[in-house]
Amino acid sequence: MSSTAATSNKRIIASAGPEAAPPTPVTTASNGMDSEDDFMSAVSSGDDIQDDSDNDDMSGADDDFDFDDEPDPDLGIHKDIMQRKKVAYDISFKVYEPADIQKQQDVLIDEVNMILDISKEEAAILLRYFRWNKERLIEDYMDKPRQVLEAAGLAQVSASPPKLEVIPGFMCDICCEDEEGLQTFAIKCGHRYCADCYRHYLSQKIKEEGEAARIQCPADGCNLIIDARSLDLLVTPELRTRYHELLNRTYVEDKDQLKWCPAPDCQNAIECQVKKKDLDKVVPTVSCLCSHRFCFGCILNDHQPAPCELVKRWLKKCADDSETANWISANTKECPKCNSTIEKNGGCNHMTCRKCKHEFCWMCMGLWSEHGTSWYNCNRFEEKSGTEARDAQAKSRVSLERYLHYYNRYANHEQSARLDKDIYHKTEKKMVQLQRDSKMSWIEVQYLNSASQALQTCRQTLMWTYAFAFYLARNNQTEMFEDNQKDLEMAVESLSEMFEKPVAELQDPKLKVEIMDKTSYCNKRRVILLDDTAQNLAEGKGDRNLLALAL
Amino acid sequence: MSAQFATKRLGKELEKIHNSLPPGIELVSAENFEEWQLDIRVLDNNPLYMNQTYRLKFRFGSSYPIEPPEVVFVKLPDRAIPMHPHIYSNGIICVDLLAAQGWSPVQNVESVCMSLQSMLTGNTKNERPPGDEEFVRANRLRPRDIDFYYDDNTV
Repeated sequence: MSSTAATSNKRIIASAGPEAAPPTPVTTASNGMDSEDDFMSAVSSGDDIQDDSDNDDMSGADDDFDFDDEPDPDLGIHKDIMQRKKVAYDISFKVYEPADIQKQQDVLIDEVNMILDISKEEAAILLRYFRWNKERLIEDYMDKPRQVLEAAGLAQVSASPPKLEVIPGFMCDICCEDEEGLQTFAIKCGHRYCADCYRHYLSQKIKEEGEAARIQCPADGCNLIIDARSLDLLVTPELRTRYHELLNRTYVEDKDQLKWCPAPDCQNAIECQVKKKDLDKVVPTVSCLCSHRFCFGCILNDHQPAPCELVKRWLKKCADDSETANWISANTKECPKCNSTIEKNGGCNHMTCRKCKHEFCWMCMGLWSEHGTSWYNCNRFEEKSGTEARDAQAKSRVSLERYLHYYNRYANHEQSARLDKDIYHKTEKKMVQLQRDSKMSWIEVQYLNSASQALQTCRQTLMWTYAFAFYLARNNQTEMFEDNQKDLEMAVESLSEMFEKPVAELQDPKLKVEIMDKTSYCNKRRVILLDDTAQNLAEGKGDRNLLALAL
Repeated sequence: MSAQFATKRLGKELEKIHNSLPPGIELVSAENFEEWQLDIRVLDNNPLYMNQTYRLKFRFGSSYPIEPPEVVFVKLPDRAIPMHPHIYSNGIICVDLLAAQGWSPVQNVESVCMSLQSMLTGNTKNERPPGDEEFVRANRLRPRDIDFYYDDNTV
């Protein structure tokens, strides 16, 4: 893969050559772009334009890395993401905003309302009961309407719409109030309580218990569901909003293909058709309109290329005490007699267990008395008493070292991503300054933004490649994977280094072009790595020519 | 919600309790509208509870009766904690009637006592809930905050 680095160098020289001319992508982007989104896509297509010109310069040399049609996944946060050409790790998904979610429910409710000739409120309750499976609902309802209504918590008779009433001589069973003119309310079951108690009850359910879809009549043992219309009649507008929010939530939670975006304060939901059983082969990374990227399978942050199960194990391993145990077994020995754990922190090899007073040699673990006169210098090798103890220790030392190798690199990228972000926040302020000092436009300093984003996503990917590699069974493909990993890592490190330069240097148009080039190169290396890995994983297990995970 | 709401209802309940209570249930103390104590006895001759009286402590929040009261058995020199697979040895009762999902505002002190009475009457197992020792040692939560898993609908 040494040609890779060469190609990239050439490209930098090629595009940095005519120093006077401003870099192509920026010029393109500044032409009549009015929204940030447009700008983002313009930058990615800008990269492509630049590549085109590069290809002209060195056609042939660049054939392996011709990605002109490739999507730029980190910059394209659009609903139309799946309309672009697909790569193996890319999966299709849709982002729904709260209004979309509401509309989907309304459409289904309207359909059921018309087909079955029941009120909209009842249709909604039935749909929720059937977890929004309209077909099954209609089929079952046609078959045995009475049982279906009863099971869903609906009364069989359609009475007049709910209303508040004053009943003479009424006493409320909840508050024991029997004042004249008391407003009372009951749903179709006829269990009547005063309006105040009903309100308290509903607000308790909604506010304190987060209940909405299945709030039942307050009467003991009555499982009739309180419908949205009755609720609207009783509660305050604030509570009503909360109630409908909760109802929306059950819609998303009831459907396997829908999940909430886990970003704080984000109200969008994502639809993705990836099945649970396929999660060992695909990593369904989705990105919300709020720009949060997460795995649809497990809701954790994007962890491509590692499958969910691997991530789960890796995180558990990292969090577990199992590694403490590993450390103990690698750095301590057990007293051959009483098995107390002993760490040697200096001194000679003549050990006397503090607990059982057993004397042994730290080197060979054999009895000290067998050492005869060669005290303080264990030169024995073949004694059986020591071999086994040494073998066990060597094994766990190797396994610990292997784990630490991968863990250190994983943790390092995690930390570097954080540091890169910190630097970016500082740089952001300086971008404004840069803009003032160098007469660059706002758009012209955005390359730092793209570079920062590329660093974040690439480091996120790199981080997980190390967890991935930890579980990777060694075969013909492993080297390929490691080469990809190395290429991406080198590109990321060198971009990170450029990115750290002081603002004064960032003004240099040459460095700017270098950063832009490196940014797009990083993104491409990432695509290659993810694409190769995803293809390998998707095509099956057990083949020596494909990547295999030892999970 | 105002405390008046609970007070009014509890006042009415107390009035009724003073008039009459079902057999086997006796009011011990009701000095305020926050905590009441009652004694219950099992009426048939279930060998597990024969000739025994148990003390119940009710604590009412300001949202009573919308929210369930907190009800526990109390251990005293002459009052043991009844043996039951849903009653922990510290007196905490695991019954869905007293949790948000099983409670109905129509329930009251008397009906809760009767339910617990019949829960004892119907029991034949001389045992504590699984994990009793561990739970009693580790639990620092108030009964209402415990996430019980109701695995048994027969009691």
